[in-house]
Amino acid sequence: MKNRFHLFSLICATLVLLLSSSSGALASDLAPFTGQQGSLRIAGGTAHISVMKEAAKQIIQSNPKIQISIAGGGSGLGIKQAGEGLIDIGNSGRKATDEEISKYDLKLFKWAIDGVGVVVHPENSVKGLSSVQLQDIYVGKISNWQELGGADRQINLYTRDEASGTREVFWKKGLNKGDISAKANVVVSNGAMKTAVAGDPFAIGYISVGHMDQSVTPLALDGVLPNLDTVRSGEYRVSRGLYSLSKGEPSGLAKLFLDFILSPSGQQIVAENGFIPVR
Amino acid sequence: MDRPHSFTEYIFLTAAVCSGLLTAAVFLFLLIFSLPLLQNGELTDLLLSSWAPDKGMYGIYPMLMASLTLACLSLVISFPLSLGCSFVISALAPARLRRFLLSMVRLMTGIPTVVYSFAALFLLVPFMRNILGHGSGMSILTAAPVLALLIAPTMIIFFVGSFEKVPLSATLAVDALGGNPIQKLLYVMIPQAWPGIINGVLLGFGRAMGDTMISLMLAGNSVSAFNSLSQSARSLTAHIALVMAFDFDSMEFKSIFVCGLLLYIFTAILMLLLRMSTLCLSGKR
Repeated sequence: MKNRFHLFSLICATLVLLLSSSSGALASDLAPFTGQQGSLRIAGGTAHISVMKEAAKQIIQSNPKIQISIAGGGSGLGIKQAGEGLIDIGNSGRKATDEEISKYDLKLFKWAIDGVGVVVHPENSVKGLSSVQLQDIYVGKISNWQELGGADRQINLYTRDEASGTREVFWKKGLNKGDISAKANVVVSNGAMKTAVAGDPFAIGYISVGHMDQSVTPLALDGVLPNLDTVRSGEYRVSRGLYSLSKGEPSGLAKLFLDFILSPSGQQIVAENGFIPVR
Repeated sequence: MDRPHSFTEYIFLTAAVCSGLLTAAVFLFLLIFSLPLLQNGELTDLLLSSWAPDKGMYGIYPMLMASLTLACLSLVISFPLSLGCSFVISALAPARLRRFLLSMVRLMTGIPTVVYSFAALFLLVPFMRNILGHGSGMSILTAAPVLALLIAPTMIIFFVGSFEKVPLSATLAVDALGGNPIQKLLYVMIPQAWPGIINGVLLGFGRAMGDTMISLMLAGNSVSAFNSLSQSARSLTAHIALVMAFDFDSMEFKSIFVCGLLLYIFTAILMLLLRMSTLCLSGKR
């Protein structure tokens, strides 16, 4: 257990080091943006936001004539609004279904791999769960922390809204499509989930591995802690791709933006934000 | 009715007709989009069952109950407070304090609901969690006082306005007869001003029913039917906000038009009923 804690703090330290040492993007990756102007609308998955923001910041700093707006709303919204042409780039934390792809003529760009991990309040003494226990908790069969070796308090379930890609992946791979109790509290973004769990000593929730920090404690699932290494090696199995999508082949700024995310600089941003780059 | 005869009057008339038509258009829009569901005779299913899209159930009964409970509870908290506050502002406090209080109340109307919710998320939610001793602290009981705070200024301003409309001759007569401010309030001002009070309550109820952010952030949004006020619940408005992001063709998305229609009809009926009762009663006097 102590080793795991060390590993976690090591990762945190590495992250901090990476963040502080990052000296911005390579000029060559930002070169295509010179001379461009206009605006780009991005919305959808909330796990994507940190990467999108950093990428946008670097692009705008190199060329102030470009405006980029970034919104959340969930993967469902990202797919829908991109498909309807309301936004230029939609973000999704799940693969769009074949039906959605053919209906809207979507082009998918996978730019990171991310895990979805179960998190609790740092004061919680429970450190790990089995898949079966997790399913029992979310269906409402296990409703007290005492049954898991914790305090004699009711388990406060948190889940995401139905448009969430994080929920979709968690439900499919974490709960093996088991039911989520109707009594669960529903929050609307990865950030809101982290805030809720960090403030509630008896909470259980799930967030993107890239969003994890000291304010919440990840639980090992079947003995495997969700972190970059275990997600990368495939040992932690509740993982997914992070996608951006456009209606038809992307053009103009949207294409440049997606190229940038997949460039070495963009992939560095991905890594700095706690996700696993695809290139 | 006088026929409008100047250009300005035409402009005003157009504005009035447009806003009236818009209200009707919103209703028609909701009706048309929820028609497929209503025609299939699924209305009772929708109204009386619970929300479980995985099992093909798109009922909104828990949300409907949560909305009504939240609105009523916040009204119960807010009404005595607002009434007391408006007494102080219009009759009991010294003139300078009255102006100060009234300007504070006016300021309160401008505070966005997300600010209230955000503050409550960090102050009230942990407090409620400790007090209740179970649950996440997000519940109807958490959201209701914040909603009460939201609707209070609307009600206070209406109450104060209607107290001000009490004829000066009546209040002067009380003073002349040697009545004290409390007697003036109880026997003259309230009986004179009560249609205004009812209007204020109506508007407050409408705001409580229609507010999204507070219940979305504080009530917990669980889809199960609640059986105690300390439980997490989801209001109709929060439900619409949460389901909005679905695919346009999905049943989930279609069902939220029914939610919208219900919200519309509920508030409309309520307004009409109380308007009519005020008209009837004030006509009798």
